[in-house]
Amino acid sequence: MLHIKNGIVIDPKNGINAEKMDIFIKDGKIVEESEVKNPEVIDASNKLVVAGGFDMHAHIAGSKINVGREMRPEEMRTVRLIAGKFRASIGRVLLTSPAIGYEYAKMGYTSAFEAAQPPVGSLHTHEELDAIPMIDKAALPVFGNWHFVLKYVAEKEYEKLRSFIAWAIERTKGYGVKVVNPGGVEAWMYGSNCKSLDDEVPGFGVTPREIITALIQETENLNLPHSVHLHCNNLGTPGNYQTTIESMKLAEKFSNDRRQVLHVTHVQFNSYAGSSWRDVASGAEEVAKYVNSVDNITIDMGQPIFGHATAMTGDAPFQFTLHKLTGARWSNKDSEIEGGAGIVPIGYLPKNPVHALQWAIGLELGLLVDSDKVVLSTDYPNGGPFTEYPYIMAMLMSRKMREKELERVSPYVQKASSLPAIDREKTLYEVIQMTRSLPARVMGLDVKGHLGIGADADIAIYNLNPLEIDTSNDFETVYKSFKTSAYTIKSGEIIAKDGELVKEVWGRTYWVDARNKVSLDAIDADLTEMFEKYYSLQRENYGVEERWLRKPERLDVGEVR
Amino acid sequence: MEVNVICTFCGSVCDDVLFDIEKFKGKKFCKLGSSKFSKKERLKSPMIDGKEVSYETAIEKSAEILVNAKRPLLYGWASTVNEAIRLGVILTEKVGGVYDQCASVCHAPGTLALIEEGVPGGSLGEIKNRADVVVFWGSNPMEAHPRHPVRYSVRAKGLLIKDRKDRKVVVVDVRKTKSANMADMFIQIKPGYDYAIISALRAIIKGEDSAVPDEVGGVSKEKLKELADLMVNAKYGAILYGLGVTQSRGRDRNVENAIKLVQLLNRKTRWIIWPMRGHYNVVGAGEVPAWEAGFTYAIDFSRGYPRFSPGEFSANEVLQRRDCDAALIIASDPVAHFPKASVAHLKKIPVIQIDPFPNMTTLVSNVVIPSAIAGLEAEGTAYRMDGIPFRVKKVVESEYWSDEQILEKMLEKVNEMLEG
Repeated sequence: MLHIKNGIVIDPKNGINAEKMDIFIKDGKIVEESEVKNPEVIDASNKLVVAGGFDMHAHIAGSKINVGREMRPEEMRTVRLIAGKFRASIGRVLLTSPAIGYEYAKMGYTSAFEAAQPPVGSLHTHEELDAIPMIDKAALPVFGNWHFVLKYVAEKEYEKLRSFIAWAIERTKGYGVKVVNPGGVEAWMYGSNCKSLDDEVPGFGVTPREIITALIQETENLNLPHSVHLHCNNLGTPGNYQTTIESMKLAEKFSNDRRQVLHVTHVQFNSYAGSSWRDVASGAEEVAKYVNSVDNITIDMGQPIFGHATAMTGDAPFQFTLHKLTGARWSNKDSEIEGGAGIVPIGYLPKNPVHALQWAIGLELGLLVDSDKVVLSTDYPNGGPFTEYPYIMAMLMSRKMREKELERVSPYVQKASSLPAIDREKTLYEVIQMTRSLPARVMGLDVKGHLGIGADADIAIYNLNPLEIDTSNDFETVYKSFKTSAYTIKSGEIIAKDGELVKEVWGRTYWVDARNKVSLDAIDADLTEMFEKYYSLQRENYGVEERWLRKPERLDVGEVR
Repeated sequence: MEVNVICTFCGSVCDDVLFDIEKFKGKKFCKLGSSKFSKKERLKSPMIDGKEVSYETAIEKSAEILVNAKRPLLYGWASTVNEAIRLGVILTEKVGGVYDQCASVCHAPGTLALIEEGVPGGSLGEIKNRADVVVFWGSNPMEAHPRHPVRYSVRAKGLLIKDRKDRKVVVVDVRKTKSANMADMFIQIKPGYDYAIISALRAIIKGEDSAVPDEVGGVSKEKLKELADLMVNAKYGAILYGLGVTQSRGRDRNVENAIKLVQLLNRKTRWIIWPMRGHYNVVGAGEVPAWEAGFTYAIDFSRGYPRFSPGEFSANEVLQRRDCDAALIIASDPVAHFPKASVAHLKKIPVIQIDPFPNMTTLVSNVVIPSAIAGLEAEGTAYRMDGIPFRVKKVVESEYWSDEQILEKMLEKVNEMLEG
């Protein structure tokens, strides 16, 4: 039992903005004072108390990041911790599994979701999630190029599509419906891509427009905790902001009381205007305008951080383009009838006009989009390390810091983006919203991202007094304070203190069970047929059983969370 | 009663095979697989210096050896499951030892090439579905992966390949192997000329065939042009390379050159390249340490954090430098396969062996711990050669402890000793 005393609480979900409050914890949950007897007391006087950070889009587990590690031993030469009470922890931007858990914990983050799980490789993803200590996790299986999906969309068999989604999420022990460059990765198997919403997918006669629409429709029919999570077509191409807005418009006819019906991810990579890399410019204002005008879309930033990064996505044709563009190493993995992936090392240089523009676009999105619609992310490790989230937080809150940073980046951003002209400074409340309550709402987890009674006792305490701090001017203090928490509490236990690990704990792996909402019999014959014909493994050996996981938590979609 | 099992012999990890529990006999297996899934001579009991002891005693003795060693070598891992490998990596970290696995004497040059160039690959199902040209380069599936051709790469039918005739199969090797008999085109090359031949193909495909002499590595320019033509005109091609490429002159540079060839081919059509990995979970023996400790093999933990240096921390380098003072050998037989100089040092130091079967290494081991056969008597995760994960099954009860159980207990003992 814990009693966090005299902290200054910011809890956007419950409308609490910098109020001095006490918080009580029992059995891993936040409870009323009356339920707690002789608790350990944490003196949080003059400190900021918030819910644990929630990274809803990061590549932290599975074959992609592991190939990244194998391809880049140069990434693994930064030693963060010598083995002892805790595991050895290494890595520069790419981290080992223990290091991922430790670094999140030190920063006050307590949940992180793997954003792209290749379905046939699910067991590998889960093994790596199980090797990450400290945090709660989940994984999103990738649907947009899976032949079952393409087939059912082509045949307009929407009920079967719905059954298939439920089947697939259960088999992969996944959390929701991720879509990466729908149709484009199938086209890549023929050396092509789907750059617009109306490009036909070879062999299936369907278009990305139809795939996205059908997946939103059936995800909503199932009313899954999380909406469709879309990595748009045409990523990383000048002029692509229009494809992004067009994709967002596909959600127009859908709504959900609890949450968005479409989450568009790492939007920075999809917000470019212009017609080539010579005249590329920001399309962020247009994207922000659209997102702000509707109430059924959320996005995350995909903010680049200057320095090293590794591009790893299920967007295999884009990764090949990147390899050709930069000449860097290239790994590719075509994955039988499900899609593919690619991995390419990159670095963001402040003096490179394109990199500086990407950096500016990320920040524009963070500043221009309403704080209840944009989640802070780097799309780790695509935009860079998650350990630099405090940099993004500080930048969003301080025009002065941005001006200082603008001095060191390519002057190209002055004419190609609106960042230099943006006066807006987000408040501490808003930044807490973008890193806690909003991602929890986007993922449909009511027990996360806030400090109300009944919430999970995942809490971060920072050496920052919201009543005194001038976030516009004291950006260095803000940055430093968010880099390492004074305390990180996971399920009611202190796991890190003043940047040092205190205790190793193992979080849950959430997965969603929607089987009771569909008829699995409807797709049984199709499954048998497709496995016999097109998979290289037996249907009975496909998928992940709950008992193989370290600490699974099943979310039945029949239940209200 | 016949049940589905997943074969734990080679990197093909066939998951369509059956096992009759009463008759203790497999069905649909190849020769290699069925020999593993049948009655075999087993180690009877844990032993210390030839004397039979309990598991607990053998494990305690092993922990003592590891804790007292300055730098133990923990080697093998390619024929056990990920759960055991993970414990092995943590154990190596705890005792400040060296983790190395079978790849260091076989496909590790492919890892070095991956570091240089990345690897454009795909799953075996993609080859089955789409590959209209398959090149086996320095690999001999008919003898090393007998069901690979029928399940994935030669006779396999799928999405675009409806018939054997839809696919051209090329075998490139230094001699006419059994696999050459199934090929539409067999190209015999001079030993050690893989690099030059790949360079010639790159030149031809780039349109610089004037730079190519009339004959390269025993292959006529005409033949090379024919192969280049076949490659460029493929819709989806696959190069599946073996130890003929990684363990001949050029080693990792051969693979690197082949990857560059595939990069070039992808500018014209679609191609992938992938190694024909040997042991059933040699992929896991590299993947697990990669996520736990950042590297795949040749990892030293003596400084309390992992360091990777293949020229320094590969098992043979460590042994021949006499730089380890104890060894734990699991799921492998280095005494049968390592050079004499390496085995000479193994004979001088305390050796712990964990294995279901007696082998040459048993003869030099001070502590021998028999284990259950994964895939038959124990379950766990294994990665097929293309990285696709499988949970291999336990279908037979056994008195033997699994590798996972043994290592879990050993780690527990080591922790006790280090803390106490």
